[in-house]
Amino acid sequence: MAKTRDALIDPLFNNNPIALQVLGICSALAVTTRMDTALVMSAAVVVVTMSSNFFVSALRNQIPTSIRIIVQLTIIASLVIVVDQVLKAYLFELSKQLTVFVGLIITNCIIMGRAEAYAMQNPPGMSLIDGLGNGLGYGAILMITAFVRELLGSGTVFGTTVLPLASEAGWYAPNGLMVLSPAAFFIIGFLIWALRSWKTDQVEAD
Amino acid sequence: MLEHYLSLAVKAIFVENMALAFFLGMCSFLAVSRQVSTAIGLGGAVIFVLTITVPMNNLIYAHLLSPGAMGWLHPSLAAYDLSFLGFLSYIGTIAAMVQIVEMVLDRFAPPLHAALGIFLPLIAVNCAILGASLFMVERSYTLAESAVFGLGSGIGWALAVIALAGIRERLRYSNPPEGLRGLGLTFMLVGLMALGFMAFAGVQL
Repeated sequence: MAKTRDALIDPLFNNNPIALQVLGICSALAVTTRMDTALVMSAAVVVVTMSSNFFVSALRNQIPTSIRIIVQLTIIASLVIVVDQVLKAYLFELSKQLTVFVGLIITNCIIMGRAEAYAMQNPPGMSLIDGLGNGLGYGAILMITAFVRELLGSGTVFGTTVLPLASEAGWYAPNGLMVLSPAAFFIIGFLIWALRSWKTDQVEAD
Repeated sequence: MLEHYLSLAVKAIFVENMALAFFLGMCSFLAVSRQVSTAIGLGGAVIFVLTITVPMNNLIYAHLLSPGAMGWLHPSLAAYDLSFLGFLSYIGTIAAMVQIVEMVLDRFAPPLHAALGIFLPLIAVNCAILGASLFMVERSYTLAESAVFGLGSGIGWALAVIALAGIRERLRYSNPPEGLRGLGLTFMLVGLMALGFMAFAGVQL
């Protein structure tokens, strides 16, 4: 039981895929200007990581080592196609805003990384949990970043006004930088700084 | 006509820089930017692969996948729309092209192959490569446009990674707070670089 809990909780703080392993930043940051897009993106990644880990692990004894990358990519790409079609069918507006970034889940290094590092050696059940944990660790960073960016950039949380804007007879002058790409880098930089000040064993020697 | 392509290239290199404006290829961008020499190797490989795969995927999309595209094979096939197979085909093409490029280089240009080394296989899962193909479909570029776009985004990405590596080499002599060392500081740096590149916004030729 403790092992299952560790597989689930560890990736959230102790071994976070973004903050410590530097994986999966690729497709993530551009979707964090608003919380609803970030939530859909996190959910999509959690689903794909879980199921790709499960299927790769279930097939791990059949996959020849020499072509495993291609096999893993095919499994992941098929799962992403399913997710993309579901999003297009039920959340068309949001899937338009996510543009190419749903497709880029395929090359999200977290998914490949977990399939390669964990699912190839462990049974399907544990791999599923590991995928869930890593997906959630990724989602947590995404949601924190999106929260800061949406709150300070447009004064809203999930589209609901929290800080009334000065342009709409409120008092808050929005920080335009937060909506632009550099802000995402700064916020993640500060997040990593905070995380590493708390868990000092993650500090890099260099 | 020429101005159109020049403007497209400038836009892909500076204004809509793959790494700094769209965050694509970040994993290798942060991992391989410790030294200028390796950054140059990876940058070269990315330019090379992008220039080949984007036009390749353009042909596949235009003649096999887009709605009604298979009409040239047989009139009865014109009713099919295979665009949902896009992701799978693009990533397949990219993985296959990377493999072929690696074998060709190994056979005909061993020094270049040795220089690019381990970076070539890594490129198959570089988001910038797949991203460029997806952008090409999204913006419905023609074959010539997609070739220019591929080359331009490759150069832009290489430029960004080499610049970052140059800064990080100098940073080794600084003394930042402990929690900020390495990754944290690199993120801040990339943020500042992205701010710099925003100065190009709106530039048109």
